[in-house]
Amino acid sequence: MVTIAAIIYEPGNSIRNKTGSWRTFRPILDNNKCVKCENCYIFCPEGAIQEDENGNFKIDYDYCKGCLICMNECPVNAITKVREEK
Amino acid sequence: MCEVKVITGTSAAAEAARLADVDVIAAYPITPQTTCVEKLAEFVANGELDAEYVKVESEHSALSVCIGAAATGARTFTATASQGLALMHEVLFIASGMRLPIVMMVANRALSAPINIWNDHQDSIAQRDTGWIQIYVEDNQETLDSIIQAYKIAENDDVLLPVMVCLDGFILTHTVEPVTIPKAERVREFLGVYEPKHAYLDPDRPITQGPVGVPDCYMETRKQIEDAMERSKKVIKEVNEEFSEWFKRKYGNGLVEAYNLENADTVLVAMGTVCGTIKDVIDELKKEGKEVGLLRIRTYRPFPKEDVKELLKDAENIAVLDKNISFGFNKGALGIEMASILKNKKICNYIVGLGGRDIRIEDIKTIINDVEKSEDDKTAWIGLKE
Repeated sequence: MVTIAAIIYEPGNSIRNKTGSWRTFRPILDNNKCVKCENCYIFCPEGAIQEDENGNFKIDYDYCKGCLICMNECPVNAITKVREEK
Repeated sequence: MCEVKVITGTSAAAEAARLADVDVIAAYPITPQTTCVEKLAEFVANGELDAEYVKVESEHSALSVCIGAAATGARTFTATASQGLALMHEVLFIASGMRLPIVMMVANRALSAPINIWNDHQDSIAQRDTGWIQIYVEDNQETLDSIIQAYKIAENDDVLLPVMVCLDGFILTHTVEPVTIPKAERVREFLGVYEPKHAYLDPDRPITQGPVGVPDCYMETRKQIEDAMERSKKVIKEVNEEFSEWFKRKYGNGLVEAYNLENADTVLVAMGTVCGTIKDVIDELKKEGKEVGLLRIRTYRPFPKEDVKELLKDAENIAVLDKNISFGFNKGALGIEMASILKNKKICNYIVGLGGRDIRIEDIKTIINDVEKSEDDKTAWIGLKE
């Protein structure tokens, strides 16, 4: 339910407002195919891809806007896309 | 006791803003509106009106100041015309998008080039889709009354949209007529205190107005404005009735005014002061035994579709007068809209009075004869030189 004039009545909402909702396509990273080249981590314009403690790369879907640059840059096609259901 | 003053349309508008006890006025002078804001400056300087009077460098800023003030919960007023209204264009959408009940007087004037300070409706018609309610008035008394009504309509919780009260430049803005001025206390009681529930400035209850409207919510905000426009039809009618109970004056049903429509096969449809001339012609023809009707459109937005359909269901010859032209379609705005809602009717569109060209009694008679003789829809320009 959108408020009148989209007015925001609760402060601090920028923390809760996940910009990943803008996404049309969701990138899916297959860690079995990944060669840890870090290309996706370097090219992601949102800093939404980070390496975890096990050395695997993870996409933060709260902030990933679905630009798919990571998919384009991956040299081993470890990243695929699926359309978001809205 | 009410006071009667013999004043111009712009003075009547200024009186209305004074009576409505506005908090903030921001305006930039432009002919033929200037005398309105001059009068308001006088009221503020004399202490007759306790308001912030903000002098700005353009109309774009004038409306921006009103938006900022209205967003804090203030009652605001501005006035403009022609090029000034055109300069406000992008800000008009912000006022309606933020759902701020700003009231503006528009002194209808032609657009340049060639430069022309005289009356037609091209300036406000060009702002049709900005989400503003538009009321077109016929005389100076209606100017004052409509501005008071405009606050009551705009501030209604079911509406919350800005309102333009449009009066014909020079024909009303610079012509004096007797105008009954209601008592300030009565008007303040009629309007009540504006207490915004949606848009306010309160440090204890912080809110964000005018945020980013992502694709997830933007379309809903547009539908909300459309729904508010639809609801405003009922509110405008109710305010017209309520106003008549308080002040003994009313304007048709608020949305339209029917004049001699019964038994008239030929009906003229128009807005603004030309309706006064048309009424005189109708009265004259009536004496000769000829019945002609007038449907005056008072609110161009929201457009009174239902009333028009109902009131014109038996009309055979419909003549729509437009003081504006949609280039490339050879019709005026009213002509286009009437044709879109009245199916299987003969509707002739007459382009009249552009840039202050007089519309005389003879011109109205020419239109009546022409529409009765026409076999099909057509557009004609009236009063053009050879």
